[in-house]
Amino acid sequence: MRWIVKRLLMALLTIYVVITITFFLIRFMPGDFVEMMVYYYMTTYGMSEFEAREMVYGLYGVELKDPLWLQYIKYMITLLHGSWGESYISHQPVLKSLLYGLPWTIFLLSISLTISFIIGIGIGILMAYRRGGVFDNAASVITSISRATPNFILGLLLLYFFAIYYPIFPARSSYDISIKPGFTIEFISSVLYHSFLPMMAYVLTSFGGWALAMRGSAIRVLGEDYIVAAEARGLKSSRISRTYVGRNALLPLFTSFAIHLGYMFGGSVFIETYFAYNGIGQIIGLALSWRDYPLIQGGFLLITSAVVISNFIADLLYGLLDPRIRRGGMYE
Amino acid sequence: MNENKIMRIFKRILYDYIYIPLKILSKDKRALFGLIVLIIYILMSIIGPIFVPLSLEPNMEERYQPPSWKHPLGTDFAGRDIFAQIVNGGRDILIAAFLAGFVTIGLGTIIGLIAGYIGGKVDIIVTTLIDIFLTIPGFPLLMIIATWLLQSGITVNILMIAFLLSITSWAGLARSVRSQVLSIKQEPFIEVDKCLGLSKFHIIFKEILPNAMPYIAINFMLSSVSAVYSYTGLMALGLIPYTPGNWGAMIHMAQAYVGTITGAGCWYILAPSLVIIILQVSLVFLSNGIDKIFNPRLREW
Repeated sequence: MRWIVKRLLMALLTIYVVITITFFLIRFMPGDFVEMMVYYYMTTYGMSEFEAREMVYGLYGVELKDPLWLQYIKYMITLLHGSWGESYISHQPVLKSLLYGLPWTIFLLSISLTISFIIGIGIGILMAYRRGGVFDNAASVITSISRATPNFILGLLLLYFFAIYYPIFPARSSYDISIKPGFTIEFISSVLYHSFLPMMAYVLTSFGGWALAMRGSAIRVLGEDYIVAAEARGLKSSRISRTYVGRNALLPLFTSFAIHLGYMFGGSVFIETYFAYNGIGQIIGLALSWRDYPLIQGGFLLITSAVVISNFIADLLYGLLDPRIRRGGMYE
Repeated sequence: MNENKIMRIFKRILYDYIYIPLKILSKDKRALFGLIVLIIYILMSIIGPIFVPLSLEPNMEERYQPPSWKHPLGTDFAGRDIFAQIVNGGRDILIAAFLAGFVTIGLGTIIGLIAGYIGGKVDIIVTTLIDIFLTIPGFPLLMIIATWLLQSGITVNILMIAFLLSITSWAGLARSVRSQVLSIKQEPFIEVDKCLGLSKFHIIFKEILPNAMPYIAINFMLSSVSAVYSYTGLMALGLIPYTPGNWGAMIHMAQAYVGTITGAGCWYILAPSLVIIILQVSLVFLSNGIDKIFNPRLREW
């Protein structure tokens, strides 16, 4: 229980640090960017100084009249109330436009992550069993290539070859616009059809990392005495590989789950922009090309929160799955 | 006599740090491939620009040409030679990647050593910091800082980029070095050193650091790999003021001009993509080989 409280505090501290970073980045833009924005609104839109300051406050959530520490506290409070500033371009609240895209991104990432995880651990455990053999050598070349290929490059290549050069798959949007969204077979198949290429871009670039991690972990488990003992008892090899090797080798991989998620969120900006997929990656991508700072900052906060939360869940699961850690006061 | 001694030390260094690692690498075909490719890339970036100068003058009659003798990799959307851009665009990426690698191992090693060796409250603070930086997703943080730099109008040089690229990657190494220091601190040979009255400097740099060397070497390679990813990625998004011909900038252009609109210019997309992928693959292969140099237990397989 103490361990859970500790982990929770750590997660909150991480989010706090990230909020602090974004605050100071805004406040300490060299050349006093905020004053520049106030001046910009006064001259181009003919606002009074008060109106212009209110405008900039709306955009960034930073009030300039107050001393720095008060600004900082106010900024925290407004963020926690869910007002993350306003977009430059659309003048929509940042949180609202991000939450619109979030379900799409979660759909795409969770399915890709699951597929790449399953493929990866399957290949990894086979590689560990046949280490030094032909399969291990061939698979380690393929997994290294998969691990080394940047997901944005693969996304671009897939888009070019399978959506434009040979138009097998659709190049744009996350579903066919002529179909009405709803729980119909037509709509769901359209969503799956549109998400195939983006999913491939994630899966093909991340299964290698899982496979290599699983291989290392499984080789370590294979050297343990209880595996030798299980073999000596004459257990079936399928049972050994499933319940003795597989389960134990999987455990350390849970901690890298959240790290992978962060990596994929980082790539979602590229993938969703290239495929014009309606997730938060595309929203942030557009914000980047318009230099829409409040929206970018909101996107960063959202991504970090997602990674922190999934990290927390992964750690909780780890404790539930591994009795040794549970009983030992969890890490400490 | 003195000269002989210098020669002996020189030979010793040559044998220990060049001959033995190369011998181990030569048994590992993949690592050897990685090393050779990396050397070719470095030579291409140093010597290449002398033979294949970069000219960015548009030549609209020769747009989107397939490979020929005049243009070994074809031409781009403005009729410029792709091969010349590839040859000239690698220098910045290699410099940024290796600088970022050095910054990462420097920061990670120092912070890890401090946390592990001093211990106490310092250790608690530093490990908390490490945990936070391990959780913050690196590439999104880079995007927000890069936009900030763009809006503030600071001129960005390559050293700054290297520091930026290693902004989150030091944390993983710092954690490994710290745990390594903690486990070595308990070993009898450190006790012996302390009894002999050897200085802290000696204990840290002569006894503890060599034991953490495998982690440091691997992290150097891996942070170079992630630096190439982040650097070309930021450039592909147009977030770093780019040098002409840079591979990331080529991908940015290819994405904006050709691929997504017309379907022409297959070579303009393929060339920078493959060059980056091959560089990344060779770095990953080489890092596996380096693992074997430092970690004798891995050599049997």
